[in-house]
Amino acid sequence: MIRSRLVPILTVVLAIVAVWYAFAVILNAPFERNAAARAGETLGFTELLPRTMAQRRPVLPAPHQVAVEIWDTTAMKPVTSKRSLVHHAWITLSATLLGFAMGTALGIALAVGIVHSRVLDKSMMPWIITSQTIPILALAPMIIVVFNSVGVTGLLPKALISTYLSFFPVAVGMVKGLRSPETMHMDLMHTYSASRAQTFAKLRWPSSMPFLFTSMKIGIAASLVGAIVGELPTGAVAGLGARLLAGSYYGQTVQIWSALIVAAIMAGLLVSLVGWIGGRVNRRMGVREAGA
Amino acid sequence: MPPSVGFADIFPLVGEMSRRDKGGYRAMTNPAILVAAVLFWLAAWYVNTRLAALRPEAGPMRSLVNLAIPVLFGAAILVLWEGVTRGLEVPSVILPPPSMIWERITDSVPILWADFRQTYVKGVVSGYLIGCSLGFLIAVLVDRSPFWKAGVLPIGNLVSALPIVGIAPIMVMWFGFDWQSKAAVVVVMTFFPMLVNTVAGLNAAGHMERDLMRTYAATRSQSLFKLRLPAAMPFIFNALKINSTLALIGAIVAEFFGTPIVGMGFRISAEVGRLNVDMVWATIFVAALAGSLSYGAIALVERSVTFWHPSMRSGRP
Repeated sequence: MIRSRLVPILTVVLAIVAVWYAFAVILNAPFERNAAARAGETLGFTELLPRTMAQRRPVLPAPHQVAVEIWDTTAMKPVTSKRSLVHHAWITLSATLLGFAMGTALGIALAVGIVHSRVLDKSMMPWIITSQTIPILALAPMIIVVFNSVGVTGLLPKALISTYLSFFPVAVGMVKGLRSPETMHMDLMHTYSASRAQTFAKLRWPSSMPFLFTSMKIGIAASLVGAIVGELPTGAVAGLGARLLAGSYYGQTVQIWSALIVAAIMAGLLVSLVGWIGGRVNRRMGVREAGA
Repeated sequence: MPPSVGFADIFPLVGEMSRRDKGGYRAMTNPAILVAAVLFWLAAWYVNTRLAALRPEAGPMRSLVNLAIPVLFGAAILVLWEGVTRGLEVPSVILPPPSMIWERITDSVPILWADFRQTYVKGVVSGYLIGCSLGFLIAVLVDRSPFWKAGVLPIGNLVSALPIVGIAPIMVMWFGFDWQSKAAVVVVMTFFPMLVNTVAGLNAAGHMERDLMRTYAATRSQSLFKLRLPAAMPFIFNALKINSTLALIGAIVAEFFGTPIVGMGFRISAEVGRLNVDMVWATIFVAALAGSLSYGAIALVERSVTFWHPSMRSGRP
């Protein structure tokens, strides 16, 4: 079963890498041809090929160049160094995690309120749903600068962006989840004359878990994007967003790509971590696989 | 080539900015405003509790109540915002009152319109159309082979969760400062959700229906157009709706990395740099309006295309 899934996935990954190499050669070739023409030479294909993959500032770096850069800036540098990608990744990660934790807690709290209060539900739910359709990420530069102007810098403003980005999906998912118990089950709790708190703890909360973790996956991905974008307005000081920005200032494409790949790896790990915890929690809460 | 600016020109050093004092917008400064706003908030809340307790029968009365409560709540928030910012003399650099933002919106319609055209009409719409149709076409192609489908689906799912906005600096390098680079970011951002959803949607038709198509001796394309594509429509519209928000985010964030001196992302970063926070709010208002209207438009089309789906049928009178 695992092998039958792994082979197609690996094939697609290999295809992507092959296309990447092909494009690296195509996009980087004009520069080499120009350089050779200026030197009065003509390049054969066999000479051209290795040169397109070893430029210092290629239009598109070859995958192995990015891999070497990532290796150099993570494993070969001390973690405390400003040139270490681990250092920058940690700065982004800490803002992401802090913001995500706050956003999730707030989202759950609001969802609990909405499920138990008709007024809250009727007055806030339409606005929360509308907030999903607007680009709230655009607020990020303003939050950073406004907090800066009152003297709050560093982790907190970035974390606040992550907070509100993860808050909305979690609130929406959690409201759905807390409402997911069937009428039969709710009626059963009623016949047991269970209090609201008991119904919540024994029925609503456990049955909301799949919804919570699904929306937490969306939330943590959004938190990471928020933290990265939040690093832009401070002028490329530290963090993965700053690496992207500094790379684009100085045309260091290899640096941009390596920051991008590290961000992608981080996102993949965070999402699968949330998914893994979700799977374990769901099993403990007695959630059965739907439709299995 | 139009004049264009890089990031450094747009965002001056933040420390320098905080030292500059803009004085701010000080109109009536009166604690009575604050008290009045809080009273209005409490009154609105009370009315809402009564409205929510009404629980009218289904019909026009019910939809009226369901509309009135959030509108009143929104109005109360605005009044409270206005009252707090004016009553406590919050500097407009931190949070301008809504009336000031509205004044700014009505004053600078030409600027906002030009920004909207640059970012939305040029960047977002072209990128959205290319990205969505590309994702759709690739999905239909991939759908022919179970092998590729098994490979593309998990990877597409993974990529959809990645911070794709980060490719913005690369696209700005490749396609220049103007809207083409923003459209390119939007293409990549919208491609994967569309791909994954269409592939999943094409598998949504039930076995019974597929077997029926086979008994009719339907060709592959007949069963695609008459059964599987219609069955995939709810999934495709889901992707279209997700993408309408993603596209706007992608275009605005891409403008933070370099842009001609027009565009919503440029306006936000430039006016934040000058601490004209009211103009930033005005642009965000336009972005919010554009986002919710395009989402609403897609939802309307969805309703007429997937009228047969249970989620559309239930709850309608």
